Amino acid sequence: MTQVNFSMEELSNKIDVRSFVLKNISPYEGDASFLQGPSERTQRLWELCKEAMKEERENNGVRAIDNKIVSRVAAFDAGYINKEDEVIVGLQTDMLLKRAMKPYGGYNVVKKAMSEHGVEIDPLVDNAFSQYVKTHNDGVFDAYTAEIRKFRSLGFLTGLPDNYARGRIIGDYRRLALYGADRLIEAKKADLENITGPMTDATIRLREEVAEQIRALGDIIKLGNKYGLELNRAAENAREAVQWTYMAYLSAVQDQDGAAMSLGSVSSFLDIYIEKDLTEGKITEAEAQEYIDQFVMKLRMVRHLRMEAYEQIFAGDPTWVTESIGGMLADGRTKVTKTSFRVLQTLYNLGPSPEPNITILWSDKLPRGFKEFCSQVSIDTSSIQYENDDLMRQNRNSDDYGIACCVSFQELGKHIQFFGARTNLAKTLLLAINAGHCELSGKKMVDGIPVYEEEYLDYDKVVEYFKIAMKEVARVYNESMNIIHYMHDKYYYEKAQMALIDTNPYINIAYGIAGLSIVADSLSAIKFAKVKPVRNDIGLAVDFKIEGDFPKYGNDDDRVDFIARDVVEHFNQELDKLPVYKDAQPSLSVLTITSNVVYGKKTGATPDGREAGIPFAPGANPMHGRDTHGALASLNSVAKISYKDSQDGVSNTFSIVPKSLGATDEDRVNNLVATLDGYFGRGAHHLNVNVLNREMLMDAMEHPEEYPQLTIRVSGYAVNFTRLSREQQQEVLSRSFHDRM
Amino acid sequence: MQQDLRVHSIESFGTHDGPGIRMVIFLQGCKFKCLYCHNPDTIPFDGGLFYKMEHLLRRAVSMKSYYGQEGGVTVSGGEPLIQSKQLLPLFKALKKEGIHTNVDTNGRVLNSNTKILLDEYADLVMLDIKHMNDEWHRKLTGVTNANTLKFAEYREQSGKPMWLRYVLVPGWSDQEEYLHELGQHFKDYKTIEKVELLPYHKLGVHKWKELGWEYKLADVPENTEEQIKKARNILSLYFDNVKVN
Repeated sequence: MTQVNFSMEELSNKIDVRSFVLKNISPYEGDASFLQGPSERTQRLWELCKEAMKEERENNGVRAIDNKIVSRVAAFDAGYINKEDEVIVGLQTDMLLKRAMKPYGGYNVVKKAMSEHGVEIDPLVDNAFSQYVKTHNDGVFDAYTAEIRKFRSLGFLTGLPDNYARGRIIGDYRRLALYGADRLIEAKKADLENITGPMTDATIRLREEVAEQIRALGDIIKLGNKYGLELNRAAENAREAVQWTYMAYLSAVQDQDGAAMSLGSVSSFLDIYIEKDLTEGKITEAEAQEYIDQFVMKLRMVRHLRMEAYEQIFAGDPTWVTESIGGMLADGRTKVTKTSFRVLQTLYNLGPSPEPNITILWSDKLPRGFKEFCSQVSIDTSSIQYENDDLMRQNRNSDDYGIACCVSFQELGKHIQFFGARTNLAKTLLLAINAGHCELSGKKMVDGIPVYEEEYLDYDKVVEYFKIAMKEVARVYNESMNIIHYMHDKYYYEKAQMALIDTNPYINIAYGIAGLSIVADSLSAIKFAKVKPVRNDIGLAVDFKIEGDFPKYGNDDDRVDFIARDVVEHFNQELDKLPVYKDAQPSLSVLTITSNVVYGKKTGATPDGREAGIPFAPGANPMHGRDTHGALASLNSVAKISYKDSQDGVSNTFSIVPKSLGATDEDRVNNLVATLDGYFGRGAHHLNVNVLNREMLMDAMEHPEEYPQLTIRVSGYAVNFTRLSREQQQEVLSRSFHDRM
Repeated sequence: MQQDLRVHSIESFGTHDGPGIRMVIFLQGCKFKCLYCHNPDTIPFDGGLFYKMEHLLRRAVSMKSYYGQEGGVTVSGGEPLIQSKQLLPLFKALKKEGIHTNVDTNGRVLNSNTKILLDEYADLVMLDIKHMNDEWHRKLTGVTNANTLKFAEYREQSGKPMWLRYVLVPGWSDQEEYLHELGQHFKDYKTIEKVELLPYHKLGVHKWKELGWEYKLADVPENTEEQIKKARNILSLYFDNVKVN
């Protein structure tokens, strides 16, 4: 090992990044005044990137697609933006923003995406994937039952990763920098030797997986060679540490096109190397910032090939390069370092951007200077989100974790998760009222729910039937998940990421629900007002007449907020009873991404008075316009959803007009800090913060060319506003913008 | 009912009525009838809803996590001190909860209850000076400014913090001489932590129409940036901390 000066002694036999961070981190308690602007090289590169992104927008969202090479680690030659200006190198393909085919998730979606963009697939590739190669998608549909297909096609289960890659797994990309590939191969070989008989399914599978990981590490070395980098050894200085970490991540996005390909929590790790080089006078602050700017620029340029239909569930071409910043260590020190600031500074040096998906791990103990800077960045860019570090650190027992995708906890290098998309809980409620039939198609979905005959809906009876429906939907949902993850491991295993994770990690399965606020308001209407279903000739409730008023979720009213809380708890318990592939532990999220629009389309009228087809509120948000008691009442309602019942995350998106945050710049910064402290102090989990004027968004709809970098937070991620469909833009505008006090 | 407060409305996320994030309780009823009032619906004494002190306290406590170091509860109006007697138990209870209290007042009422409130329970007073010249004051509000100035004196003697607020109405309250007079009058006050200039706006005009009242300032334009800056510069000659809200 060439590593010097760091406290590494007792780590030599164990892969242990956390201990390295703990021993060497330099927590930073100061403010943002040390930060530097972008270098000239960085600015020149970013201009080229902006040009390329403009071409991309003008060319139906895609600049170029390679039609010959099936992507894998090191499949492409080296690519550059402009080599002499790049201090951090590496692109997914040999050309900036050129997308690659990754057909192992499903060949049909690749074919569709290619034809939508008028690119013909090379006949050799087409021949191979049409005739010889089986994909994840093929495997899943071989095993799917008729029942699962029905639940899927009618919109009870949506966005299932059965024709695209599941993503969500975070490789511990720091490992490549700290140890180098040779040392990692050595450790994996030792693990492989220790995985011995009896040769059960699980053991055989693990042996094969580790062998794949070792091969991937070899490919990572080859990728380094293409760029003249010795990735076999550990990084020796700051620039190498950034570069090595990026190459590890780059390998992941060459190998996989998962919906969310998150980065983890690398900034304070990198800070150790930067701090050392700064102290030794080897680099300047401007150079440190240049490394981070260029690293982040590269992360912004990550692209995957998607078909148009994909936009419905994940709009705006997201990649979820989620980087988690801040938080506290178990020993009471903060994880905030100067590089935490440097990463945020990229939003000024390069302008606002949805990627990387910067996530602040918030604790009331974070240094004041950092809190204020985060708040300022939110006010200026609306590009970042916040999650409750105190809650996660204490409940999940780790201070070395990242956020996968939008809101999902994942301990780095020790823990992975199986992405579970989500189920439509509003449709599930309608099963209770329609004797187990789909409210739109009339098809029988669930047995055992009697026909509801009374004129008015009775709360106790509806709840009783709803529980039957939840139990059955949970069962079908679980079955689909087991098939999907079995097949994904078999046909599209994440070898490059798993090579950077412990050999036998803890696994979560991340289930999800959509339509929570609609379910809560519907049950509240049934309980506190009188609700009469209007049934069609085959007995399906097509509309609901509500007599009287009822409390609505989003107003800090326990009568309805506890209904929401209890529904989450109950559905989580139902899922908890079911066996999961690889003994993964179930967890649940209340999160919709942008699929709340398409969920709404597939859902009939609901007892809360929502008409058929109207979009749901995103995540755990109250329904648009129903949170009438001000911003804090709305936040308080969401904070009542218990994290212990939804450990995969409770997403809330908060949009506020700048003036409403305070009269002066200083007031706005302080008041946003107080809002975050207040919200998370109540045990809430996640908050997207948008500080925007509605008028600006309306103007951007009409003049998108004037807002190429306008970024807004949606549900757990950020998007470029102008890349949303008009329908999704309108949905964003319909959301509650907290303004007049 | 005697003990209950007559409330116009409650805002849970007040960021313009005192320091930090505040729950703002707008009380119903005011004896001034300022020509520019942007909440004229709070003026009549017969509107609003009655709330129990306990209800208001519960709501204030439920927002406690957001108050941080600075925030708390503001009572505004209408004129809150008309209900001083009913406010006392609320302010006592808030104090017990460790919640910062603030009164946004025109300073017309100074009775024994108000005095107890000012001396013992109001952590901050935001005193709205409508005009320094009594004649203009009468034109703008219908009443004299003598009470307000006496009120200021009383608070100054209590030694507890006070902010002055001043609405800058073009042609009505932005005359240079009177701004200087304001400065002269208050410059030696020790309790004034901040002076807030509130630009004139017309967001409340439609409410006058709804009430069937004539809006007499219909022809008065909103302030220009220049006018605001000028006023701010004048007041800054006398006070350290002048902010435009």
